[in-house]
Amino acid sequence: MKSVWTIAKKELKTFLFSPIAYILTAFFLLVSGFFFYNILAWANDQTMRMMQSGYGMERLNINQMLFQPFFNNMTIILMFLLPMLTMRLFADEKKMRTEELLLTSPLRLSSIIIGKYLAALIIYAIILLLTATFAVFVFAYGNPEPAPLLTAYLGLFLLGAVFIAIGLFASALTENQVIAAVIAFSTIILIWVISWVGESGPGAWRGILTYLSFFSHFKNMVTGVIDTQDIVYYLTFIFLSLYLTRSVFEFRKWR
Amino acid sequence: MIQVENLSKKFANVLAVNDISFRVEKGQIWGFLGPNGAGKTTTMRILTGYLPPNEGQARIDGIDVSTNLSTIKKMVGYLPEVVPVYTELTVKEFLRFVAELYGIERKKIRFAIDRVVEKTNLQSVYGRLIKNISRGYRQRLGIAQAIIHEPEVLILDEPTIGLDPAQIIEIREMIRSFKESATVILSSHILAEITQVCDGAVIIKEGRLKATLTRDEWGKNLEIVTAGPVDEAVGSGLKQSFPVVSEALAEGSTLKLEFKDSMSDLNPIIKHLVEKDVRIKEIKAGLEALYMKVILAEEGRAS
Repeated sequence: MKSVWTIAKKELKTFLFSPIAYILTAFFLLVSGFFFYNILAWANDQTMRMMQSGYGMERLNINQMLFQPFFNNMTIILMFLLPMLTMRLFADEKKMRTEELLLTSPLRLSSIIIGKYLAALIIYAIILLLTATFAVFVFAYGNPEPAPLLTAYLGLFLLGAVFIAIGLFASALTENQVIAAVIAFSTIILIWVISWVGESGPGAWRGILTYLSFFSHFKNMVTGVIDTQDIVYYLTFIFLSLYLTRSVFEFRKWR
Repeated sequence: MIQVENLSKKFANVLAVNDISFRVEKGQIWGFLGPNGAGKTTTMRILTGYLPPNEGQARIDGIDVSTNLSTIKKMVGYLPEVVPVYTELTVKEFLRFVAELYGIERKKIRFAIDRVVEKTNLQSVYGRLIKNISRGYRQRLGIAQAIIHEPEVLILDEPTIGLDPAQIIEIREMIRSFKESATVILSSHILAEITQVCDGAVIIKEGRLKATLTRDEWGKNLEIVTAGPVDEAVGSGLKQSFPVVSEALAEGSTLKLEFKDSMSDLNPIIKHLVEKDVRIKEIKAGLEALYMKVILAEEGRAS
């Protein structure tokens, strides 16, 4: 555990030193702020109309009208941004030849991988926490339900955690950061839309592919439903990605 | 201390290291000598536990490198050819990070850092960012990170490459001083460096072991290059006046000497030659002569 923290601490230091983390945070907040504003304006408009016509009042729900579309949009931004956060993690070690330092130290390979994963996760958690300022405004002027909001945040955090694990794996494959980001992004988007293929296929496939897709698992949590099945899905995905990352290193020794 | 037996390493279908065996005694400094791409780095990487061998065994203090990785990694200090530093950290932060990597206790980290900073003379750049320090300091930092956990075996891949002459001398002095506490293996393609620093040398070419030479062996060999052709009589005269000379062969403008013992004082012989009016242009240390013999013999056989 101590050795995991040694690696994580160093990674955090590197993140804070490089402009990448700041630029990513700034753009993430900018873009998500833009989405938030637009969705809020739309929700306002809809509410006014419903109140005037008196029609559809039972559907008036700030969680559903504001936060759900907002979180759906955030996932799209994360798909683009998180691969940029993770791309340098191993690629840069390889390029700068510092990988030899880590791999000849007595640290276990899994500690190195988990340490790096943890650092990226912490940065991501901070970014996510900053978007909570949007919610603060909503609480100040309205009364949304906190529980579904928290569930949605948990879902978003877990989804991002999976993206980061995939990004880490991609970074271990190459010494080129751009290639790492492209691999991560393509993998994430393919897994995201894999359920589309399932929809037109035979029954058994539809079930499997829908289960594999991120989309079907995120849908529940964004509406405030915690299903252990979804959590197990995310954790399995993270574990698998980290395990594959480890295999990349094991494989390279013999190549 | 270090025993390597029939070691082989294959990459794809290329044998980078092919059936190499040698041993290094405790407290000695040995050099890996050979052209680029000879397999020096690969052999070193196997000894550090970075790469597993396909065949054969490497043992450090009797412990097998490929089966006791965690023990070996603590015993070995390694400086790769490209110094592995994080340029965005300061010297202090980096050394602290390496100390933590090697699991040095919190209380002892400060002491360990002070010790290596003093040993490698890094005091003046201690608080600087690594990206702002010069090549020479970077190399010293590379050595500092390799010795921070007081390893019993020190492996240095091209420790003086890219340095200016003054820095080279400084690093060589430093390496010599490690002899007290560690067994050292270094690679180089500078013959003079090996003769000055090492107790023995392993000559590798195309992944194969060409020769294992000790200081005693190359100390017994000498080549004197002269301005003009040397008379045969000079050779035989030398043999008669100095019983320590076992062989003296004049070949064109070189005089090849072989001694019964390792030679420490050449003055009497030089004096003798000067009196005989031999105009000495260059004296090649024994290793150089032996190295050329080994490498050339190989090429002669091939053609």
